[in-house]
Amino acid sequence: MGLETDLPEIPVLTTTLEKIVTWSRRSAVWPVTFGLACCAIEMMAMASSRYDVARFGAEVFRGSPRQSDLMIIAGRLSRKMAPALRRIYDQMPEPKWVISMGACASCGGVFDNYAIVQGSDQVVPIDVYVPGCPPRPEAVIYGIVQLQKKIDATKLRA
Amino acid sequence: MEGWGGFAIMVAIGLGFGVVSVILSFFLGPRHPTPEKEAPYECGMPPVGDARERQSVKYYLIAMIFLLFDIEVAFLGPWAMALRDLGWPGLVQILVFFMILAVAFIYVWRKGVLDWGPESDPDYVRPNKVGPAVVKRYSYGTRD
Amino acid sequence: MDAQAIIDLLTPLVPGAVLSPCSGGADADATPAIWTSAADIVPVCFALRDTPGLEFHAFSNATAVDYHPRRTPRFDMVYHVVSPHRRARLRVKAQLGLDQPIASVTAVWAGAGWCEREIYDLFGIVFDGHADLRRLMMTEDWEGHPLRKDYPVQVRKDAQTYMPLQVTAEEFRANMERDRYSRTRAK
Repeated sequence: MGLETDLPEIPVLTTTLEKIVTWSRRSAVWPVTFGLACCAIEMMAMASSRYDVARFGAEVFRGSPRQSDLMIIAGRLSRKMAPALRRIYDQMPEPKWVISMGACASCGGVFDNYAIVQGSDQVVPIDVYVPGCPPRPEAVIYGIVQLQKKIDATKLRA
Repeated sequence: MEGWGGFAIMVAIGLGFGVVSVILSFFLGPRHPTPEKEAPYECGMPPVGDARERQSVKYYLIAMIFLLFDIEVAFLGPWAMALRDLGWPGLVQILVFFMILAVAFIYVWRKGVLDWGPESDPDYVRPNKVGPAVVKRYSYGTRD
Repeated sequence: MDAQAIIDLLTPLVPGAVLSPCSGGADADATPAIWTSAADIVPVCFALRDTPGLEFHAFSNATAVDYHPRRTPRFDMVYHVVSPHRRARLRVKAQLGLDQPIASVTAVWAGAGWCEREIYDLFGIVFDGHADLRRLMMTEDWEGHPLRKDYPVQVRKDAQTYMPLQVTAEEFRANMERDRYSRTRAK
């Protein structure tokens, strides 16, 4: 990804550069609004003043996938919505991450029927699964913090 | 002249931050274009048709007219500031200027540039006439 | 007005219709219900809308119930209509068998359009005279009608993730035409 992956292995410089790049990437993870169902209410609560996810870097929920880093799939993914989810994921620029919020997005939840995709990981690759029905806002913030730890651990070179 | 040093530093920092951010992300940013990523954004749905649709020329006309009258107002500002020094000849001069532009305004008005309602729009689809509503008013308490 | 009074008002207006009051229902005190036959549904609905004593101008809801295998005309069509200025509600029910079409009430109330599309999608009941009968909830190429009683509860199927990148206006219209219900289309 970019220039920093082409650098040769210099002892202190590349690790420091890696730390700087991952720190800057995880400190400002802007989500794209993908509230599908009831979990969206808890996502809104997380973004509001009481649980304030802006403290953790998710300053603003972008309306367009092209300006965001993170997609929080909040709610039931129905069969009709699956191609739209895939298209929105494709339109996000790298580096991008996905949090699957709630039981329905992670595994189909309580709905094992004709309409609901049993886990949105059938459609997009997911980094963090947050269980709950709906997960409390603190639980989703914990998921975002875990995602930040995951971003910290990424190596710049494959 | 001594205040301009701080101003110059602020402009430099502002411009510099923007330029450095763009250049840095140009070099450090990943570049993996795919057809799906480049496709136009239409809330997840495939876009239908072309984006190059015909737009009405009314918008262009209004923009031009706005520009002219905006410059007129811009001239009125300094005239108002300097009115005390200009005196009566200044008033006569600005009235002449204003009258010339008022003629232009009347021309624009009569030409129909300011008409935006349904009567003047050739693309407006008139809704079907709905007959009088069949409603009988009952007082509270009757359910029949 | 209770159900019998409505039937007495309707019977001279819709000659040949078979109307009877329907009992039961949790809201029976607020919503009278009448049975009619599927063949008479459109004249009955016109009479309900236009008669001076009835004036049910507002279409509230249409739904269907599947009683398979308990009962042989397996479907029940249920229409809810409202008279806002008279503050009256009415439920109209009709029994339908499998593969039996029913006339569409979109001629009476345009708002029934999408309700009937939903019923076609989920039950498979075909509405004659509907201008745009295609699936509403499921994807256009879905096989089967999910809310029937003999449809499996759990469906294991891969989610569709592909959509075309760009659709011209002609392709879009052609897709809509193809998805619209066609009696002559092979099943």
